[in-house]
Amino acid sequence: MNTLYHAQRAMRAKRQDALKRGVVAVLDIGSHKVSCLVLKFDAAETVSPAEGIGAMAGQASVRIIGAATTRSRGMRFGEIESLQETERAIRTAVQAAQKMAQIRVDHVIVSFAGGRPRSYGLEGEVDIGGGTVENTDVARVLAACDLPDLGAGREVLHAQPVNFALDHRSGLTDPRGHVGNRLSVDLHLLSIEAAAIETLLHCVKRCDLELAGLASAPYAAGISSLVEDEQELGAACIDLGGGTASLSIFIKKHMIYADTVRMGGDHVTSDISHGLQIPMADAERIKCRFGGVIATGLDDREVIELTGETGDWHHDRRTATRAELIGVMRPRVEEILEEVRVRLDAAGFDHLPSQRIVLTGGASQIPGLDGLASRILGNQVRLGRPLRVQGLPQSAAGPAFSSLVGLALFAAYPQDEWWDFETPAERLPARSLKRAAKWLRENW
Amino acid sequence: MRPLIAERAPRRVAAPPPPIADHPRDPAPSIWSYRIERLWLTPAFRRVVRLGLPSFVVVFGLGLYFANDQSRTEFVAHLQELRQSIEGRPEFRVNVMAISGASEAVENDIRAYLGLSFPMSSFDLDLTAMRSRIEALPAVAQADLRLQAGGYLAVNVRERVPAVVWQTREGAVLIDAEGHFVADLAARTLDSPLPLIGGDGADLVVGEALALYAAAAPLGDRLLGLVRIGERRWDVVLKDERRILLPEAGAVQALDRALGLHDATDILNRDVLRLDLRDADRLSVTLTPAAMEELRQERIRARTNPTGEQSG
Repeated sequence: MNTLYHAQRAMRAKRQDALKRGVVAVLDIGSHKVSCLVLKFDAAETVSPAEGIGAMAGQASVRIIGAATTRSRGMRFGEIESLQETERAIRTAVQAAQKMAQIRVDHVIVSFAGGRPRSYGLEGEVDIGGGTVENTDVARVLAACDLPDLGAGREVLHAQPVNFALDHRSGLTDPRGHVGNRLSVDLHLLSIEAAAIETLLHCVKRCDLELAGLASAPYAAGISSLVEDEQELGAACIDLGGGTASLSIFIKKHMIYADTVRMGGDHVTSDISHGLQIPMADAERIKCRFGGVIATGLDDREVIELTGETGDWHHDRRTATRAELIGVMRPRVEEILEEVRVRLDAAGFDHLPSQRIVLTGGASQIPGLDGLASRILGNQVRLGRPLRVQGLPQSAAGPAFSSLVGLALFAAYPQDEWWDFETPAERLPARSLKRAAKWLRENW
Repeated sequence: MRPLIAERAPRRVAAPPPPIADHPRDPAPSIWSYRIERLWLTPAFRRVVRLGLPSFVVVFGLGLYFANDQSRTEFVAHLQELRQSIEGRPEFRVNVMAISGASEAVENDIRAYLGLSFPMSSFDLDLTAMRSRIEALPAVAQADLRLQAGGYLAVNVRERVPAVVWQTREGAVLIDAEGHFVADLAARTLDSPLPLIGGDGADLVVGEALALYAAAAPLGDRLLGLVRIGERRWDVVLKDERRILLPEAGAVQALDRALGLHDATDILNRDVLRLDLRDADRLSVTLTPAAMEELRQERIRARTNPTGEQSG
């Protein structure tokens, strides 16, 4: 974990370096598309998110100056499968975004949904002996969390202190300066497969870019598509992507759970392709044009031409009704949502005070999905779109881009993570010196 | 999930290969075009290529060209040629010099002295120097030069006006009221007779001489001239060798007194050689030798004949 700690701190230093230079790119590598934004930070207007000023009020300092999206290649289930192909897709997106921004970017913050994320809730407790809580005490209590067995070949992606408690007071976002005896912390830790990170690192390096940060796609999607009170009161964000459907649960403005279902819109497309015997490209087009999940009587009379180029006249001039198409799509969408339901139940979402669920991602644009989802997930379902960020082009404002926009917000206002605090081992001599000084003061 | 359409045996009919032109071109940039584009978007590199490189090429090229002696002289020659072609344009050509305010002799003098050969370019004319050269001529008091439209150099001259004739040992010359040399007397024909003055340093006090002439107007044509004596005072010389000796200070008043005396006693028509007014308290006269002899005889006669009547 120590090497990871240093790697994450190095990444953080790079991010701060990029923020100082004023230009950083964010890259969302999905199974369906790879999209890139170039962010410009205006140093003069930087507003520190103080008490009472939410993160959204301060987002004026970040501006999007370049945006590009390209079809993803070599990706499956949000993981890199063919490295060369993915590298080419990243190059396409980055080059187009750079061209729009007319500036070169060197630092990139990446989000991706794959790697089988797994959430852990950790807690640590430490005795601070009745003094005020200092930075070192926070670091000590973070270090006091016992790391669970992550399993072979898994790494920590996010480790965020979610809640601090001092004696009987819980729900402190920042305990520094408070006086108490026992400090305890709840830490949310997200682990993913190390191989996925390694492949991604390699891929980004081959594009001459430097990785300045990594974020899980459900986390980023939650940041952008949950509004502030949903984040505060508790909500689940379900990002229905191409290869995966990822979900994240937020409460008190912190992510407390994230998971992915390895099924998504591409599976719906492949079902249509199988079911109607048409190529994938046609299936994708028909899905976007005529797709739906709730059939009505009118849909029986809406005929879709299934053209082909096989040369077989009968095969090339088949038709299907929209009801048939819905009949192909609905079971798969139901299956995905049921799987999501299972994951939410496993996370204990039932026990949260608020049962709000926000659907976002490209597959959430299926007409009638909110009705279907409310039958499966509960009746507090809404469709979410990403926040508006200054300079965001209209083409990147749809729900398919919520994790990309969330990543931009994450780049502008990163939440405290465990590696932002000094390791307590380095501070031990300082503490003993302080103790010696205290002893001297008391006795002389 | 069960498919809606039952699977059939695969068709035997081979699908025609799709035309190659329909294949979408790979949108991904090659690694080198990607790198080159990134390099081009680097601001420092961009500045160097767009500003640094051209200026370096220009400076280096010029340096290389001018490092060669021959090309440098060629360049200078070319520049001069260009300059001459501009200066030689008809817009800058001066064809005529017109001199106004000068007599014919002075005008000829000026033309000969400047020695300009028209037509010439106005760039070759140094009007300030020409003006000082013209004003250096003795007959010219002030000159005024200007270039006018139509290739016309106008010279406006104010000549010196001779005021007196100054008789020097070398000859008679004309000088103006300020004592400047104007011309030799022989070179000019005078419209009217001018006062004659003589003696060293007379040209320095021409004004006083003119005032004395004005005061001596009652003498009419008996007056021959004024002579400066010892560079400090004047003698009025009359035609019959008589002289009136004037003091250094108050010469005009002294002359007035002498003329008043002449009016009262007709003294200048008597046998007087010199009327000496140098001492204001004591007027003295020098008689002619004949009158002196007569006076002596008169005195002897008065001594031998003491009973004779006293005469005035």
